[in-house]
Order: sequence, then C-alpha cells, then structure tokens
Amino acid sequence: MSDADTEPAGTVVKLGKKDFQSDQEVRWCPGCGDYSILSAMQLFLPEIGVKPENMVFVSGIGCAARFPYYMNVYGMHGIHGRAPALATGVALARPDLDVWVISGDGDALSIGGNHLIHALRRNVNMKIIMFNNQIYGLTKGQYSPTSEVGKVTKSSPFGSLDTPFNPVSLALGVEATFVARTHDMDRNHMIEMFRRAHAHQGTAFVELYQNCNVFNDAAFEGITGKEVRAEMLIDLKHGEPIRFGAEGQHGVILNEFGECEIAEVADVGEERLLVHDEHREDPTLAFALSRIADRPTVPTPVGVFRDVSRPTYEAEVQRQLVLSAERQGPPDLGALLGSGATWEVA
Amino acid sequence: MTAETTELKPESLDEVVIRFAGDSGDGMQLTGDRFTDVSAVFGNDLATQPNFPAEIRAPAGTIAGVSSFQVHISDHEILTPGDAPNVLVAMNPAALKANIGELIPGGTLLVNSDSFEDRNLTKAGYDANPLEDGSLAAFRVIQVPMTALTLESTKELGVKPRDAERSKNLFALGLVSWMYTRPTDTTTEWIEQKFAKRELVKAANLAAFKAGYNFGETAELFDHAYSVAPAQLPPGRYRNITGNIALSYGLIAAAQQAKLPLAYASYPITPASDILHELASHKNFGVRTLQAEDEIAAVSIAIGASFTGHLGCTATSGPGVDLKSEGMGLAVSLELPLILVDVQRGGPSTGLPTKTEQSDLLLAMFGRHGEAPLPVIAARSPSHCFDTALEAARIALKYRTPVILLSDGYLANGAEPWLLPDIDALPDISVPFATELNHTRDDGTKEFWPYLRDPETLARPWAIPGTPGLMHRIGGIEKQDGSGNINYDPENHEFMVRLRAQKIAGIAHDIPSVEVDDPSGKAKVLVVGWGSTYGSIQQGARQARESGVEVAHAHLMHLNPFPANLGDVLGKYERVLVPEMNLGQLVRLIRGDFLVDAVSLTKIQGVPFRAAEIEQAIREMAK
Repeated sequence: MSDADTEPAGTVVKLGKKDFQSDQEVRWCPGCGDYSILSAMQLFLPEIGVKPENMVFVSGIGCAARFPYYMNVYGMHGIHGRAPALATGVALARPDLDVWVISGDGDALSIGGNHLIHALRRNVNMKIIMFNNQIYGLTKGQYSPTSEVGKVTKSSPFGSLDTPFNPVSLALGVEATFVARTHDMDRNHMIEMFRRAHAHQGTAFVELYQNCNVFNDAAFEGITGKEVRAEMLIDLKHGEPIRFGAEGQHGVILNEFGECEIAEVADVGEERLLVHDEHREDPTLAFALSRIADRPTVPTPVGVFRDVSRPTYEAEVQRQLVLSAERQGPPDLGALLGSGATWEVA
Repeated sequence: MTAETTELKPESLDEVVIRFAGDSGDGMQLTGDRFTDVSAVFGNDLATQPNFPAEIRAPAGTIAGVSSFQVHISDHEILTPGDAPNVLVAMNPAALKANIGELIPGGTLLVNSDSFEDRNLTKAGYDANPLEDGSLAAFRVIQVPMTALTLESTKELGVKPRDAERSKNLFALGLVSWMYTRPTDTTTEWIEQKFAKRELVKAANLAAFKAGYNFGETAELFDHAYSVAPAQLPPGRYRNITGNIALSYGLIAAAQQAKLPLAYASYPITPASDILHELASHKNFGVRTLQAEDEIAAVSIAIGASFTGHLGCTATSGPGVDLKSEGMGLAVSLELPLILVDVQRGGPSTGLPTKTEQSDLLLAMFGRHGEAPLPVIAARSPSHCFDTALEAARIALKYRTPVILLSDGYLANGAEPWLLPDIDALPDISVPFATELNHTRDDGTKEFWPYLRDPETLARPWAIPGTPGLMHRIGGIEKQDGSGNINYDPENHEFMVRLRAQKIAGIAHDIPSVEVDDPSGKAKVLVVGWGSTYGSIQQGARQARESGVEVAHAHLMHLNPFPANLGDVLGKYERVLVPEMNLGQLVRLIRGDFLVDAVSLTKIQGVPFRAAEIEQAIREMAK
C-alpha cells in the first residue's frame, strides 16, 4: 500500500511478485507447505494482467485461511467454512473482480461442506484452492475429513473411525465444472493449475496436497517426493493416453465395469490405454479416474480432471437484470409504490 | 346491527369486524384479501389479521385445518384488526367451532349449511348439529346452502362439479359484499385479470361471485344491507399494503436513496419468504436476489456483497437468526453495513411458524458471542415497515454496522391503508466510498488504514475492491484500531471492545426522541411498547381515556440504542406498563438501563393483544 500503488487507471504496469506481497509478517510454522503455495501464487498472479485492486482473496478459518493477510490485494478473513458463501456475495455483486477462495480440508469439507457443494453447482466465477493436509493444524492436531481410517490423533487415540472424503470425487459428484489436483512440492505444476483454474469461467476447484510438517509430516511424501514422483503421480494431459512411470511403462485402462485400473503398457498395448478427455460433459470417466487412488500412498492422478463449459452464475444474474429492465422498463419507485389498486382521499 | 327496520336503504355503521373462516383449502385468505382490497379502494380505514395453520393442507374438516382472515373496516381512523368479530362467516363446522367463541353476543353468523353434515360434524368434534341444537341462540344465524347454490350457478358453464365447488368462497364473498354494499367492479376486474388464461375458472368464479351478491339482494334472509362510509384519513393517495411488501419496497427505496445496488440473499422461511418473492420480481431496480443454500450462506453472501459496495441484506425468522449469529458477529467485527430483517414468529425451535410473537428482542440485542453490539429497530405497523427499512439502511451505511430490523408475523401478513410517501422527500442516505490514502507514515509516505475512523460517527472508511491503492485485508480476528492489522494485545482488545460499543451507543444522538402520546398531560401511567403492539396499545389507551382514565403511550422504534430522552420520559410518570408478546424482554432492558420499576404485561398466544386487554391493564394500574 505505498504511493507507487496509486497509478492512474489505465496505466499498464508491469507487475512482479513483490506487488502481491503485503507488509505483514508471514506466521506459518517454519517448514510449512503453505510457504511454497504462497510463493507460487505470488509468482503466478503477475502474468494474468489483473491489477491487485481488482482481486479479492477470501478465506475461512484455519492455517490456510491466513493466506489473504499476506497478499497485497483486497482480502477478507471470514468465519469457519463460509468462505465460498462470502465469495459468492463478492462475485454476485461485482462480476468485474477476480475472486479467489483459499480453504483447507476441514474448512471446506467439514464445517463448510454445504457451501462448497452449492458453490460448485452454482458455478459462480471464483477459484477455490483447497489445501489438503489431512489434519487440523490450527487446533493442534485432530483428524480431518480427509484423514485416513485408523489415523491416531489427539481426538482419535484409538484411531479415526471416519471414512475420508476423496475431494476430487466429491467435487465431480456435485456438478463442478472444473476440478484439478496438484501438490506443494512442484511449483511449476501448482502454477499451471492456478493458470488453468483462472482461465476457467466458473467455479474452479483445486485440491492441493500440502504438507503439515508439525502435525502430519510427510503425509504425501510417498507420492510427491522427488525420487518417487515419476512412479507415483499420474500426470493427466488432455487428449493423451494416460501413462506414467520413468519410462511411461504404466498406464490406465478401463475394465469391463467402467472402472479405471492401472496396467503395464507392455501387457495391454498402448491402444488400450484410456485417452484423457477433460472436456467430456459426462463426469463418469473423470470420476472413475478420481477413484484410482483412495489414499496418497498409491499411484495418484494429478492435473485437470474436468474442465467443461457452463454459464457462470453471475452472468446469468446479469442477463436477468438486463432482461428485467427491458421487460419492466426503467426503475420507477413512485410507480412501484403506487402499483395495484390506489385511491385518493381529498 | 340487529336493528329491525325493513327499509331497503342500507343501515349505516361506523365500523364492522368481519371474520372469514373455513378449511385451509376453502380459500379464506383470498376471500379476506379481496374484501380488504375492495374496502380499501372504497376508502375505509382498515386493519387485517390473517390466521392460518402451518400445514399447507391440514386434514380437511378438522379444527387444525381451519384458516381465517379478520378484517376491520371503519369510517374513522382505526389501529387494530378488532378485538372480536361482529360477523363470522363459517364455511364448515370446524371453522364454526374454532371461531364462535370470539363472535360478539348478538353478532351475525353466516354459515355454509351444506357442510353441516354428519362427517364434517364428527371431524369438528360436534356430537349434535349446532345449527339445530339451540347452542347458537345468542347469535343471529343465517344459513345459506352455499355449495349447492354455487353448483347451481355454474352448472351451465360445463365446469366439473369439483372445480365448481371450489368457487364457493367467491359466493361467500359476493354475499358479504352485498351485505356491506361493497362495489362489485374491483372484484370482477380482479377475477378477470387473475384467471385471464383459464376461461372456465374465470367464468365459474364470476358466476359464483354474482350469484352470492344477487342472493343477498333477493333472499328474504336479509332485511337490509349495511354500509360503512369512507374514513376521513389525511388527504393523499393511498393503497393497501402488508408489512412484507412494505418492507420489500422499503429496501428497494433505501438502495435507491443510498445510490447503491441492493444485494439480497435469504433462505425460505415462514413468515419472511414473501420478501424474497417480492424483491426477486423487481430486478429492473438492479436488485440482485439469491436463494441461498442455508441461512448461514445467506448472511455470508450479503456480507460479501457489502464488502464490494452493495447494500447487503438478508431476512429470516427466529430459527434463521440463530443460524446467522456467527455471521452477524463477523459483520460487527468487519464494521460493514448490513441489514438483517427478523420477521418474528412463535418459538422456541420450530414453535408456531405461522403465528406472531415478539420473543426475539433479546436475541437481537445479545444473541452473539463476545461483546457484539449492533443497532436494533422495530416496525410498529404494516406500512411502517417501509420507514424502518429506510432507517435501518441509513444507520447501517452511516455507521458501517449490521442492523437488525424486527418485524413479526402479524405485521408481515396484516394489511392497512398506506398514504403513499412523497418520493422526492425521501432522505438521501448515500455515503461516500474511500478513494484516498488516509494515513502518513513516520517517513512521510502515505498508506491506507481501513480502521481510521470518522471522529464524529466513529465509522471506518469503506474502501471497495477496484479502488486503486486502497487494497486492504479485513477479518474477524481482533485488529489494531487504525491500521486494521491483526493485534492480540490485551489493552488493544479492551480498547476495541469499548470503541465498538461506543460507536453504537453514539447513534442515540442521531435518532429522533421518543414521542409521548399524553393528550391531557395529566397521566400518571405510561405504557411503553415496541413493534406490532402499537395498534393495540393506542386503541387500549384511547378506550381507557374514554372511560376517564388518563394514560400516556410511548412506542419505541429504536431499541438499541434507545432514544436519548427515554430516561427522562420514564422519570416523568409514576407507573410504567410494558405490554409485550413475550415473557417480558423490553421490560428487562428498561428496568436494567433506567432502574425504573416497570411492570410487565405479557401475552404469548400467537395472536396480538386485544385493545380491551390493554385497557384493562391500564385501568388496573391507574387504580
């Protein structure tokens, strides 16, 4: 918020990472995955050409929810789970703004589950980045809606009994138009997913595996570690056969039930591999892909699962406003108040 | 009413209270609405009180399924829908049983005799037919076979008998219209418009209405008709209006007077849903409405819209206010303008969804965790909902605070004539957005402080997204005054808590003094009320004065903060009576704030006070 920020409107300003950094000290635990996400976001945003004053970052409660304080944009740190609803209000009122929601697995899937699913079906133009660390960090280590069954935490000393959500499956099941997954160990992949999410018209949902080094360290190391990544991450690319492994020796095929299975390309032949189609209207194949991994210890798809086009909510609202103005004429308060039967008292 | 003249000239009455009662499927609300509209256009003063079950279709013929609509029309100014009906229209035995206890002795009972057969009598819990056992001797009973006459009147039209029978409410309306010499054109025009696209239904309803009207003229059951002359109301253009519609118009007007778009999000709930319906149909005013996934989302969406420079608003009833509490606390902390309308109903929990109550006052005052004060105002009559919506918006915008506006089920659905306001005289309630950096650092450079306050109002600047250079972050965490940065210091927290309270308390100097209605100036008893009890208290006080008891009445629109002169007013009277439709909520605030030994008068039956109940309490207190 320096004088330099107040360039006259219309001036083309070349923005850099520091233009998106606020003057607030970042207070996440040292070593937290959130640092690399913040850095990736601040590196990415200059490229989209939107001025900081036209961006709004909204969050709920949790470690991830502190994110807006560190961004030199308009920001709101709201209440637990309600960020998608707060952001819906922002986007509904001001379709001209670039709206981002930063959330976590507890915030988005537990206390805020209802808002998340309705935001996704409504297709408000906002980008929801959900940091999934499979634990409650800010409340110091209870199991979350994405923790694995049997997880031993302070609130589950004998192991968690709850079946976890698969966030990508959930988003696909509630009519989301854009669903992707990435992780905090690969800056370029994060930036690519932010880029794709931003380019999408409508609600974009990005699940972002994030390491909580204090309460759930190395939860994703078995798939995101540099040395295992090639074998454990299935990089989805639109229009290409789905294969992975150092030599591309593994692939994904559909079995007789329409489920996805991992197979050796040498055994099944390249022509049997499933070709990824993120624009497919029917979410069935994307859902099948999301079911390949039910925990981050087996080969896991990352990238864009689904990217389909549907009118955004606020565009439809604007359309009705225009239509209504055409049909009902310009606003006339006097005529409105005096509508229906009136009479004169002399 | 029981005059025995046989002249054809209508007998002139100064007022009459009519209650239409029937099964919830009988169309009694519509019948009452139509009679009200005709009377309004005719120029009577009036007040109405609909009363219907929570179930859409409670079992037919049972007491639980009875729906009624009471309308009070007069040739002079009136304030209430009437304590007890002079005329009861009962479409079936259950309607008779549920309402006959309130018909005044000597009153007229008009029944649909066709419905008094064994099955319906049993469902209503009658052992014997009350039309035959002499139990109605105290009333003037007029039996009309409305079902048969309706069927007869429509048989030439080719309407199915079942559909034809559904027009019997229009027959009843026609008959009562004749009895009270109502003009027929308003009703026939309405029928023609309403059913323009359904030829048969239109024809059947017109036929039934005319048949009812003609029946009154020709049948020997009635020796004469009655007339209620137009009232001498202040001059001007009038319309009939319910509280929910007035409130919707008030919000639209407030947005216009604030030069802001209105963003309204809500979740359907009785009795507030009509506000959403009404606003959703006026998008040409730039109104954005959103039916949210739940009450929490509704308040959150409104907050998000306010953040961007819209007039954010949400409405609900008690259960929804519970759910919105956390959002309201956030709005208190963010210091953003926001309007929450609570159309109160009977509680706790689901309570009495379609009945009225005033039991959310303390919820509105204190129903948030932490010290989270906010302004609370209340409407006193259906048309006053318009004024309170504007006032809620004015306060919310000027002080950047959430405001709770209290209405209730009686105001929401009740109707009265409304002298249309002069649009050009409505106040300008617009406030400027911040556009400039407002704070100079030690090194001389400038920055924006989102919590740097106006020294007079203590309101913080409202800088909306899109404003270059004023990017800032706000949130629910305690912040440092001025910079708005997160701050956990003990002294800062106490400072901020006191500051937020001081900001709201200071509004007392920006609201009108409470007016006291004390015509003689000699009253020793003061009645203090708030909200929809206004009409009952005014009327009760008038009746008390007519019987020689001096009494004063003060009615509060602003409940937090109270008007600055309230303490002085209370101190001038020997005794203070506080009638409320709850267990005594305002009375606690008054006793607590002013150490006045105020006495509580309560009624929690889902219906308003009768004027006679207020009058009685005043007389007791004046002894």
